[in-house]
Amino acid sequence: MHPPDEDDAATVSSMRAGARRALPLAVAVGGFGVSFGVLAGTAGLSPAAAIAMSLTTFAGSAQFAAVSVLGDGGAMAGAVLAAVLLNARYLPIGASVAPAMTGSPLRRFLEAQLVVDESWAIGHLGEGRFDRGRILGAGLVLYAAWTLGTVAGALGGDRLGDPETLGLDAAFPALFLALLAGQITGRRALAAALLGAVIALVLIPVAPPGVPVIAAALGCLLGWRQRTPAATEEAR
Amino acid sequence: MSAAWVAVAAIGVTSMLLKGFGPAVLGGRPLPPRLAGVVALLAPTLLAALIVVAVLDDGGRIAVDARLAGLGAAAVALWLRAPALVVVLVAAGTTALLRLVIS
Repeated sequence: MHPPDEDDAATVSSMRAGARRALPLAVAVGGFGVSFGVLAGTAGLSPAAAIAMSLTTFAGSAQFAAVSVLGDGGAMAGAVLAAVLLNARYLPIGASVAPAMTGSPLRRFLEAQLVVDESWAIGHLGEGRFDRGRILGAGLVLYAAWTLGTVAGALGGDRLGDPETLGLDAAFPALFLALLAGQITGRRALAAALLGAVIALVLIPVAPPGVPVIAAALGCLLGWRQRTPAATEEAR
Repeated sequence: MSAAWVAVAAIGVTSMLLKGFGPAVLGGRPLPPRLAGVVALLAPTLLAALIVVAVLDDGGRIAVDARLAGLGAAAVALWLRAPALVVVLVAAGTTALLRLVIS
């Protein structure tokens, strides 16, 4: 056991490590925050509502989907359903980080709000182990970028232009690829990644947004037998 | 309260519950062994799916466009052992350049 101050020092240093790894993405996240703020305005949300949404939801794809449903004149229930489908992946993601999250249940619940795809991937140490400090450090940087971007877009309008002109949408898959490359540690991980990619690809044209990713997460059920490789051999 | 604010509140609450459920209920202790085996593969599976959707999904349609070239350039940068910042910049730069040329 470490004395508490030593533990705190370790957490602060891993938070710094997480924040540093998130910085390359902060610009892209901020840029999309601006375009979310602008889009929310055109969909009829007041600046205060757009900013409140970024503060409470903090999930880019779900927020874009929800305001585009509202902007197209869709029903409120449709907007909420679109956001829930796109955020459903946070159930398994939340379960995966749970062992790393310490403190009271309320504290764990609140700190989990800083988990987004990018902070989750940055906090992954490999083999399903996660580092709380890295998740929080990366999450705080991205939360600040996303919220400040939304404020700028909601109040200032679209002075930056379309972030896609700058190729910022390509920053996210590039980071995911960099993180994925470090996590293909064996044949099983490679098989799971390929299966996840194929499931997502097949479902893109036929399923509503969010469903391809959550269905692909089922690919990790390949790990169900991981503890008993001998039994897998016998079953053949 | 306007409809927009009701939607903002409903989406905020469901999103917080989805994110917080696992850590609040299962947090602070090791996962059951079988679940741990599944979760160990969650990162490669989900990252691969997120890449596919981010690069190929164009509003529910599969589109091969400048994003895929950006990902290819990122893969080359990774293969050359470039740091993550460079990988991200190479992908964004390639995609932006291609869009500029095509449009």
